[in-house]
Amino acid sequence: MRYIEPHAHMVSRTTDDYEKLAIAGCEALCEPAFWAGFDRSSADGFFDYFRQLTEYEPKRAARYGIKHFCWLCINPKEADDPGFAREVMALIPDFIERENVLGIGEIGLNKNTRSELEIFEEHVQIALDYDLPVLIHTPHLEDKLKGTKLIIDSLASFSNLDRSKVIIDHVEEHTAGMVLDAGFWAGMTLYPESKCTPNRAIDILEIYGTERIWMNSACDWGVSDPMAVPKCALEMRRRKYTEAQIGKIVYDNPLAFLRQSPRFNL
Amino acid sequence: MLTKKELLNLQFIDARARVIDIAAFLDRLDRHDGDADIRLGYFTKALSVLHENRPDRAKAVLEAFSDMTVEISETAPFQGATGAPVS
Repeated sequence: MRYIEPHAHMVSRTTDDYEKLAIAGCEALCEPAFWAGFDRSSADGFFDYFRQLTEYEPKRAARYGIKHFCWLCINPKEADDPGFAREVMALIPDFIERENVLGIGEIGLNKNTRSELEIFEEHVQIALDYDLPVLIHTPHLEDKLKGTKLIIDSLASFSNLDRSKVIIDHVEEHTAGMVLDAGFWAGMTLYPESKCTPNRAIDILEIYGTERIWMNSACDWGVSDPMAVPKCALEMRRRKYTEAQIGKIVYDNPLAFLRQSPRFNL
Repeated sequence: MLTKKELLNLQFIDARARVIDIAAFLDRLDRHDGDADIRLGYFTKALSVLHENRPDRAKAVLEAFSDMTVEISETAPFQGATGAPVS
């Protein structure tokens, strides 16, 4: 089965994981810029991180026949200090034209603060300035519902924003409807302990439909599984979904969204 | 889509195990010393949703664990999340 992993933090994973992804049929993966599990002490840390995303990881992925793409930003966890965040954002123009950069992401909110919101909106403006797609992180656990509402309200103030070029990720049963109803794409993250299990993700597809929605592993340094997407596809098979129905979610849909970036050349 | 019977054949054992795990977790809490905190209250509230006859129990459980305030703070008191609004 061919599939696209639209959200994976491979800088935190081993080369063995690339091999597993390739064996499972992964043709391309997309790596949003995010938190590294600790706060970086200077903007220089992000300079090196952006080099890793645009220079090193594509080569590591290519050894297994996987195309590697990335998104750039300062993540919301480190965006609560606006001065520091703007130092990092000033680096983005030096990297944004690189051949594997799809757009701005994963921006969003973490603890739903005014500073995070301010930096989120400045990132959206960068995406608009470069006419690139946006990938949005929604907060964890108890903060997700409030944060998702704040993000949708904030995006309403950008009158020239094409909502079909924005994906709001990590939706669950209490946020999927509001994201899709507002005209955005929705991403479901398959995690062992938080976010969605494979069965809940399939339930969301049954409840909200299969348009403008994808699923991802968001595998990173924490409790996560790089094989989550093919495992969910297996669960769909057990629930009698056809190969065409599975292919729409794990390949056709991500392809349709990601192709809106001029650099997604799969 | 699977029939109810087919779904039970596929997932009943797994769901049964999860219910027993929750029961054992509550028993374990009872056996241990000290006071629980507000998280247990949210947990109990979420469990009550399971008895409701409604088509969106998963959504309601997630809402039971959600911060429903509308105020926006200037900065974050801490970076992580605890699973229920504790502050």
